[in-house]
Amino acid sequence: MDMQAAKKKLGLKERYAVMTRGLDWTPSYQKMEDIYPYVAYEGIKIHDWDKWEDPFRLTMDAYWKYQAEKERKLYAIIDAFNQNNGHLNVTDARYINAVKLFISGISPLEYVAHRGFAHAGRAFPGPGPRVACLMQSIDEIRHAQTQVHSISNYNKYYNGMHDFHHAHDRVWFLSVPKSFFDDALTAGPFEFMVAIGFSFEYVLTNLLFVPFVSGAAYNGDMGTMTFGFSAQSDEARHMTLGLEVIKFILEQDPANVPIVQRWIDKWTWRGYRVLTLVAMMMDYMLPKRTMSWKEAWEIYFEENGGALFKDLARYGITMPKCAGQIALEKDHLSHQAWSTFYNYAAAANFHTWMPDDDEMKWLASKYPDSFDKLYRPRYRFWREQAAKGNRFYSKTLPMLCQVCQIPMVFTEPGEPTKTCYREVDYRDDKYHFCSDHCKKIFEDEPEKYTQAWLPVHQIYQGNCFPEGSDPTAEGFDPLAEVLKFYNLEHGRDNLDFEISEDRKNFAEWRGQATRNI
Amino acid sequence: MQIDLRTVSIKPLRHTFDNIARRIGADKPASRYQEGTLDMQQEANYHYRPTWDPDHLIYDRDRTAIRMADWYSFKDPRQYYYGAYTMARAKQQDTAEANFDFVENRGLAATLPDEIRDTVLALLIPLRHVAWGANMNNAAVCAYGYGTAFTQPCIYHAMDQLGIAQYLTRVGLLLGDVASLDAAKQAWMEDDTWQGLRRYVEDTLVLRDPFELFVAQNVALDGLLYPLVYETIIDDVLSAKGGTPVAMLTQFMTDWHAETRKWIDATVKTAAAESAGNKTVLADWIVQWRDRAAAALLPVSRIALGERADELTTEIVQQFNARMAKAGVPL
Repeated sequence: MDMQAAKKKLGLKERYAVMTRGLDWTPSYQKMEDIYPYVAYEGIKIHDWDKWEDPFRLTMDAYWKYQAEKERKLYAIIDAFNQNNGHLNVTDARYINAVKLFISGISPLEYVAHRGFAHAGRAFPGPGPRVACLMQSIDEIRHAQTQVHSISNYNKYYNGMHDFHHAHDRVWFLSVPKSFFDDALTAGPFEFMVAIGFSFEYVLTNLLFVPFVSGAAYNGDMGTMTFGFSAQSDEARHMTLGLEVIKFILEQDPANVPIVQRWIDKWTWRGYRVLTLVAMMMDYMLPKRTMSWKEAWEIYFEENGGALFKDLARYGITMPKCAGQIALEKDHLSHQAWSTFYNYAAAANFHTWMPDDDEMKWLASKYPDSFDKLYRPRYRFWREQAAKGNRFYSKTLPMLCQVCQIPMVFTEPGEPTKTCYREVDYRDDKYHFCSDHCKKIFEDEPEKYTQAWLPVHQIYQGNCFPEGSDPTAEGFDPLAEVLKFYNLEHGRDNLDFEISEDRKNFAEWRGQATRNI
Repeated sequence: MQIDLRTVSIKPLRHTFDNIARRIGADKPASRYQEGTLDMQQEANYHYRPTWDPDHLIYDRDRTAIRMADWYSFKDPRQYYYGAYTMARAKQQDTAEANFDFVENRGLAATLPDEIRDTVLALLIPLRHVAWGANMNNAAVCAYGYGTAFTQPCIYHAMDQLGIAQYLTRVGLLLGDVASLDAAKQAWMEDDTWQGLRRYVEDTLVLRDPFELFVAQNVALDGLLYPLVYETIIDDVLSAKGGTPVAMLTQFMTDWHAETRKWIDATVKTAAAESAGNKTVLADWIVQWRDRAAAALLPVSRIALGERADELTTEIVQQFNARMAKAGVPL
């Protein structure tokens, strides 16, 4: 070989190709279908994996370098936040309930995403998507861990999040986000990518992750804000992956289009139902609001999502049908959710409260068509009752939707005073749904959704009491026993914010930190 | 001298999360490794069975023949959570980059004797495909294994193997060109020398037991390949013949193996110490995959070792047996 000859310098794209897909080979000792057993059964047809366009070109050396730099900065800030009692700088102690919701509802999902992308990153025969998925897998464990590490300090001082892993697997309302991700992970690898990579990361992330992080920034929570901002460049990569996946699948075969459309319809609705928790967080739990749920939906879904679906129209993909119903619900969603949690505050791991007069004014200005008419009178009544010592905690268990697992509290589209019920008979049993969309999802895959671990059913079946407790014993208090099973401490982790230890401690500690007492 | 900076001190209500406190005691603060690892994986009340594997739960202890009372008995001695992991690798990457720069800027590749260069290209470059297989296998162990203590290091290991495949690609481009990569791939696909190893890798790609896969890939294959190729052939045999620049280009792999084997040994040790049953299963797997790996590596090692291949491979196998005995699995 003549070493003097100048070597041809590889372009970025070529270089990345030899660094990734060039490593792959066509096996001959084992069959493709044995090496990639999960790729055929969903009916998606891929003719040429080489047509995959790498959404980003990051080799491992660069990945380690960038990510380590971000980690160094992030942990330096977390350390400073902890050392300075940064938790005392938040707007007021009510804000910390948003953190509780996040660590017990969202952070465990980041972990599931990590495992899900490891699965997808092994399952696809195409080397391009495999590498992209594995990079997302390792990013997701980063997000799960940086969230736990940032919020760890709050747990030292405030209640409700001390056993969040245990809670996530058991507490009634946490089955909403949990079942969402379980649903995605138990689907085939292509549906997982459409559900999480596209619908969740691309279409809905601005409505989930961003409101929490912006909420943190607005409310002086430097710890949470920092991990959010640090995750931003990862999220940008995940979004480009989500979009590439959709385009790739759609371009490969026209027969893929109706399958993908069904998945987009399903996962937009599934995701939106999970966002119920975010909607109430934005409108009620942030002392300093960033924007209303309705505004967020209009900007991030109706405008941005609208443009996206216009772009996808050339493949034959249309705006998910549920968008119409969501538009009708946007004036009601957060209020109905908050009312529910206000009622069930005895059985949750965070505190609720009634908005004060200024906040009512804000809500009325953001929701001129619904708040004063429907929700203010309700809140006024509850406030009066609380002032008289009759703060009401519902101890009756609600009926849950078989698919989204939210209590059936939503109203008929366009009829906000009438509760919406749907039902289906399937194999001798009756199943209940909050909406036509959840019902449709069930009807498409009844074998899957009949398996759901519905917290209310489980309580009634006696599966949510601590071992050794006897429901037939005199004076058996089911709620108290369920709280023990959840490992929630009655009077500390639950009930109204006004009477909470969090509120008392925060006031005392802030005084200690700002005055000479 | 000590100066006494003061901060407002507030007594915390608790030191860590309950799940950690149940394991280490409530009176201690937890490390970031512990908080980022223990019980991170969901444990109960899964909603649906995987449509891709309806016989199992989403996370299922029964995917493997290894039985553990507590899958969090496994501990990574490196205590890697994501932050610690990336910072360690970034540091190694700095060294690797400096080494590549050193060899490139001084034109050291051109000073390699032809014989050494050809040997290195013939031996090292097809190994990028082996590393690629290792990437896939560790992704599988991470996806289908049980418990974050066991699965977490596997995603790091998977990405490390991708990094190694990419370093090997760079070595190929530095000592040769794209045609060298193609030639190596052709050898990997067709030459008798490589078929045993390729068959080994493809056979591991269909393993369904994540712990057996861990053994076949991380314990047996890499347990022989790294000492043989990087420690013996490159750092020893070729360096003595003027191939030191190559040792600089592969320093990452040598250091990486020395580091990761601590985790691998700890994992074997914990599983073996759990029960006699585990120990038997492990010993069976290790013997079976060790013998296949040794046979597959023998023709490959002849590329550089010629007639000494048998003798040196036997030596490596003996060292491997001693290593396993130390990890609690005498073979």
